[in-house]
Amino acid sequence: MKGLLDTVAAGRAALPQTTGYCRGKSMKKIDRRAFLKRSLSIGAGLTGLSAACASAGPKNILSTERMGVLVDTTVCIGCRNCEWACKQAHEIPTAPIETYEDKSVFDAMRRPDDKALTVVNRYADRTRPGVSHAVKVQCMHCARPACVSACIVGALSKQENGAVVWDTAKCIGCRYCMVACPFQIPAFEYHKALQPRIMKCDFCFERRKCGKLPACVDICPVEALTYGPREDLVGIARSRVRRFPKRYVNHVFGEYEVGGTDWLYLAGAAFADLQFPKLGQNPAPGVSESIQHGIFAYFIPPVSLYALLGVLMWISKHNPKTDEGA
Amino acid sequence: MQALMRPTPMRVKFVTPGVVVLILLALNGLVFLAGRFLFGIGAVTNLDNQYPWGLWIGLDVAAGVALAAGGFTTAALAHILRREEYNVVVRPALLTAMLGYTFVAFGVMIDIGRSYYIWHPIVMWNGNSALFEVGICVVIYVTVLYIEFLPVVTERFIGQMRLWGALAWLNQPVDRLLRSLDRGLSKTLFVFVIAGVVLSTLHQSSLGTLMIIAGPKMHPLWQTPILPLLFLLSAISVGFPMVIVESLLAARSFGLKPEMAVLSRLGWMTTPLLGVYLAFKIGDMFVRKTFVHLAELDLQSVMFVVEVLAGVVLPLRMLLMRRVLKSPALLFTAAMLVVAGVALNRFNNFVVAYTPPYSFGRYVPSFGEISVTVGFICMLALLYRAAVMIFPVISRPDRSLAPKDKFTVRG
Repeated sequence: MKGLLDTVAAGRAALPQTTGYCRGKSMKKIDRRAFLKRSLSIGAGLTGLSAACASAGPKNILSTERMGVLVDTTVCIGCRNCEWACKQAHEIPTAPIETYEDKSVFDAMRRPDDKALTVVNRYADRTRPGVSHAVKVQCMHCARPACVSACIVGALSKQENGAVVWDTAKCIGCRYCMVACPFQIPAFEYHKALQPRIMKCDFCFERRKCGKLPACVDICPVEALTYGPREDLVGIARSRVRRFPKRYVNHVFGEYEVGGTDWLYLAGAAFADLQFPKLGQNPAPGVSESIQHGIFAYFIPPVSLYALLGVLMWISKHNPKTDEGA
Repeated sequence: MQALMRPTPMRVKFVTPGVVVLILLALNGLVFLAGRFLFGIGAVTNLDNQYPWGLWIGLDVAAGVALAAGGFTTAALAHILRREEYNVVVRPALLTAMLGYTFVAFGVMIDIGRSYYIWHPIVMWNGNSALFEVGICVVIYVTVLYIEFLPVVTERFIGQMRLWGALAWLNQPVDRLLRSLDRGLSKTLFVFVIAGVVLSTLHQSSLGTLMIIAGPKMHPLWQTPILPLLFLLSAISVGFPMVIVESLLAARSFGLKPEMAVLSRLGWMTTPLLGVYLAFKIGDMFVRKTFVHLAELDLQSVMFVVEVLAGVVLPLRMLLMRRVLKSPALLFTAAMLVVAGVALNRFNNFVVAYTPPYSFGRYVPSFGEISVTVGFICMLALLYRAAVMIFPVISRPDRSLAPKDKFTVRG
């Protein structure tokens, strides 16, 4: 468990090569996949070359001082002020803040979309009647984001301060990021014919550049949201769980999920009951990147296939017997 | 017998009742396409933030790429392995691949939100992205296909340039250009033929890598790390059946005698390819123990069973029977089952298997989406018909060759 953190801490030099983790601990967990991957390379008639060291595409900057937010759902009162503040900060039209006191929206589960980058859902506790849990949902800002790996043009990138941001100048609107995201977060402006955008929480990248807090953290009246360096937040989360074992389940969601996320969650009920996705500890883009780089390792497999076919063609050209029946 | 066959432009009337139907369906598709470009993707499709990819990616793009595999499989057979007897099917398969990939490109273009940025991947690279790999390979491969088709164009127009009126002065220079192209290509075409095969194996498999990143959002019956291998194997095994289907359709449509000698051998050669694909598909199911999901009897398990039984097992059994290989109708049925099976596999992988954890109701393609897809298929068929009437693509017995051969032997 601790090994993974160490990998992150020691990772500054190694991690900008986006497949650096392949050499680390997580590789062991995909041994079977690695085996299948190898059989793939052989089956495809390609030489089975290790994928570990290929690197391309946008850099994944993983700073140990990158910031995160700890969401303590046991503190959240479901006032939804964060929803309003988020829309204000991102110039999305919104009703006045008074209308957010309407609690009927909690009747149905909501998801972030192109008109709301964060939403709060409320879940009744399964065992304790009258107790409910309010859960704010937004982009988790993964350490190894699937969307960044998937994006065909590199329009999504992981910033040094932790934010996963989207670049309108590059995006072609293919929506592969939406297919890739394990948290189902990016949304698309389906009703725009020109310049539709991918909409998702950008961790208030612009506000933070001028020293302000993220809008949701800033407005939260009960300090359910704690903004700080991710490493410190992990420590805070663990000590809260340790000090109040009755209040929390013994799990910091996001500490290890899909290779770690910069937004972390504490909860008073099983995360599955609060509709958190059940995810493993391997970074989401791991398998697909290994396969991708396995097929293209230094372009050796395609080039050798080309050579092989050339030789075949030459042989059959000089073999007079080739026009016999099948 | 094969030497007597020669590719010739088809001399028939373009417009028939069937063609009128195709034109109407194509126009219907264009109407909805106009809606998509005027009011956005959401106005025409049922796609939403939970289901970002639908019919257009699943059928127009993914199945389109797979079904154009006839181009590289026949090129490998006839040009790389030099089995000259299959030359009669190379040009029709090449034309299908060329048009097929062109429509794949159109499919991508209408599905992406910013169609006018479709050139971005050529200059903005992300080597980690499977989609980037597919995109680049398809761009290069479409170019290669058009180059491979050039000899057909030069063959048709060298010495046949008949522009009139104000353009008449172009006849001479164009003819010279075609001749120099022809000379250059006859020496270098093998480079492109091999490149075409390599590019095809690359992006056919990378198309399978696409959905791997969706991880648990994809139903376990399909989500496997050997998806790229399954995609490649199924693409290779659908190549010949696709050629059989289009040959028999063209023979019907132009009133020609079907090339049963060649087609039944193609059908026979499909069996080991299909067998290997089936072995990997079933083997993967047992290695990952996903057969437990077959007992769930939901949309996914039913679609999986239909895909494997009707699309692989049944046609494989049929193609192993001599009677099927000899009969045009049965061979057509078996080949069509393979084609439909692979198309369904692609649709399943990209649409049916996609089961995101948060959902507000399943995605079902809208009437507009289906109209556009049907319209594209009709446009493709119309272009194919026009192309085989203009260019020497389909082989037919050449009377001027037949008697000469007989008499020269005797003399």
